[in-house]
Amino acid sequence: MAPLLDVEGLVVDIAVHSGALHAVRDVSFQVDRGETLCLVGESGCGKTMTALALMGLLPSAARRRVRRLAFQGESLATAAADRMASLRGHRMVMVFQEPMTALNPAYTIGNQLAEGHRRHLGSSRLVARERAVELLEKLGVNAASERLRQYPHQLSGGLRQRVMIAMALMCAPSLLIADEPTTALDVTVQAQILRLLIELQRDFGIGILLITHDLGVVARVAHRVAVMYAGEIVESGTTAAVFAAPRHPYTRGLMTSIPVPGQTPPGGRLGAIPGIVPSLIGEMRGCAFRDRCAHALTICTAPVAWRAEENHGWRCVLSPSPAHAEVA
Amino acid sequence: MTPLIEARDVSHSFIIGRGPFARKRLLHAVVGVNLTVRKGEVLGLVGESGSGKTTLGRMLLGLIAPSSGRIRVGDMDLADINRKALARRIQPVFQDPYSSLNPRKRVVSIVALPLAVLGIGTVNERRAKAIAMLERVGLLPRYADVYPSELSGGQRQRVAIARALVIEPDIVLLDEPTSALDVSVQAQILNLLTDIKRDLGLTYIFISHNLAVIEHVATQVAVMYLGRIVETADRETIFRGPRHPYTKALLASVLTPEPGLGVPDIGLGLAFPNPLDPPTGCPFHPRCTESGPRCRVEVPRVVRDERGLVACHLHDGGVRMVS
Repeated sequence: MAPLLDVEGLVVDIAVHSGALHAVRDVSFQVDRGETLCLVGESGCGKTMTALALMGLLPSAARRRVRRLAFQGESLATAAADRMASLRGHRMVMVFQEPMTALNPAYTIGNQLAEGHRRHLGSSRLVARERAVELLEKLGVNAASERLRQYPHQLSGGLRQRVMIAMALMCAPSLLIADEPTTALDVTVQAQILRLLIELQRDFGIGILLITHDLGVVARVAHRVAVMYAGEIVESGTTAAVFAAPRHPYTRGLMTSIPVPGQTPPGGRLGAIPGIVPSLIGEMRGCAFRDRCAHALTICTAPVAWRAEENHGWRCVLSPSPAHAEVA
Repeated sequence: MTPLIEARDVSHSFIIGRGPFARKRLLHAVVGVNLTVRKGEVLGLVGESGSGKTTLGRMLLGLIAPSSGRIRVGDMDLADINRKALARRIQPVFQDPYSSLNPRKRVVSIVALPLAVLGIGTVNERRAKAIAMLERVGLLPRYADVYPSELSGGQRQRVAIARALVIEPDIVLLDEPTSALDVSVQAQILNLLTDIKRDLGLTYIFISHNLAVIEHVATQVAVMYLGRIVETADRETIFRGPRHPYTKALLASVLTPEPGLGVPDIGLGLAFPNPLDPPTGCPFHPRCTESGPRCRVEVPRVVRDERGLVACHLHDGGVRMVS
């Protein structure tokens, strides 16, 4: 069976005054039904641009090229704007990080929740309203029918984010793209929202593309993970394989940069990655991480081939990886 | 030894609904807080948004006055210390390095400003001192004459740290200093904070919602809930043997990067109470899995013992009604 979402060779270039900014560089991945793929990386690595490119929501200065983009077997590589609009908010949906800016302050929650349902499914106001109440209750919002009359500014951050998730789920989508959905929330609320997403996925077989920089979230919810750096996927695989033996020096850098309770000695040094992300403007060649990499060699300036093992792949010339070499 | 900061029964309330027709209501942002900070400590202040961490921090900085209670800084009452003298002892670093730096000033003038305000040195001496401090926090002299907009988030946070340190305060109050940064940059800043604390003999008050970061940096931890401190203890005790059910729930909600463990059910329920209409009795009881009838009517006392402070009936006679 074809995967739910099949992306191959996605490129996003953004026109800037000094040329083209290569925001997404030849990115390929698949998401299956009932599966969560996490796209991990730091600001500016292209993860949000990847999501917007899939949804057909790129800013006007950005240009997308893609060798293959198929959703439920249907090619969307050259889909017209109206076809994308009929899929968006219906079969494929997106939840943004900032619920305050993503919700319209001038309309009630009920209005905004019902809009997509009425538009895509042609349902009545009443039916859409019932669906909205049902979803909000499932998401643990108490007094849901009264909430529908409220405006976004009357809700707390956690409630707004639940409204955003309810809105995304109104038309029972097959694919949910969530861009840092819990980053702005308290840890206690984050845990609850993630549990809800996992539950909804189990019940309805939704495929989830989750964009995050939080390795704790990745480890706990992802089936597979793809690590992005400077617009490319530098490592990907099953969550178990990548966390057990990260192969790319950047992935290892990320993993040692966060304090892990019970493992990192308190007050000890964290494995900070020196330097800063390279400019994505102009021609790029070779490994984009080489200037910050402790193991860089001269051959790192040449294009780097993708290496693959079962369940795991990475883009680095070092093999076996330094971690293994150090152990051996 | 005299504590550097000692808060005794400190409260602060905001009046909500100013205006001719609005009903005036009191929001009790901080209620009866007791806190001691000794030299060389790192006091981690944790809690959810709306728990009063920032309001408490602003009182310690002297930016707002307590509605009741006393704060002592060294051997003086904070109310009797003038603003400039207080600024020499305690300096803040805020969360958002994008809004906390004046976009129209060069980096060197931002860092030198506290010296100018306090009338320390000549223009040239201030500039030299600022550049030295920028180097100390890892920014090369060539960054001295750029504007904040030309810097990355991590570099801006270094500027904010340099500005806080340039007048050599005893205490730095760090309010979510790494929350707006990427994890690799967060690591750089945490390493820097550890280094300069050791080198300059600083004391930190570190406000954060990230418990992994708190466990990494703090020596003492105070957990806040709805304006109250519900538990205080040293790091080991808080993280290995938490006593308050809220502390336990907070710790359970930390997602460590260990695959296969899933997302824990912390049993807190979803609703954070409305601070304008706080629950009766123990403020935590509606979300607490261990609450009993006593928790609904009686506010728990703060019990002090050798392990620290805890405000919970479970540790003070039980949750059944006491007749």
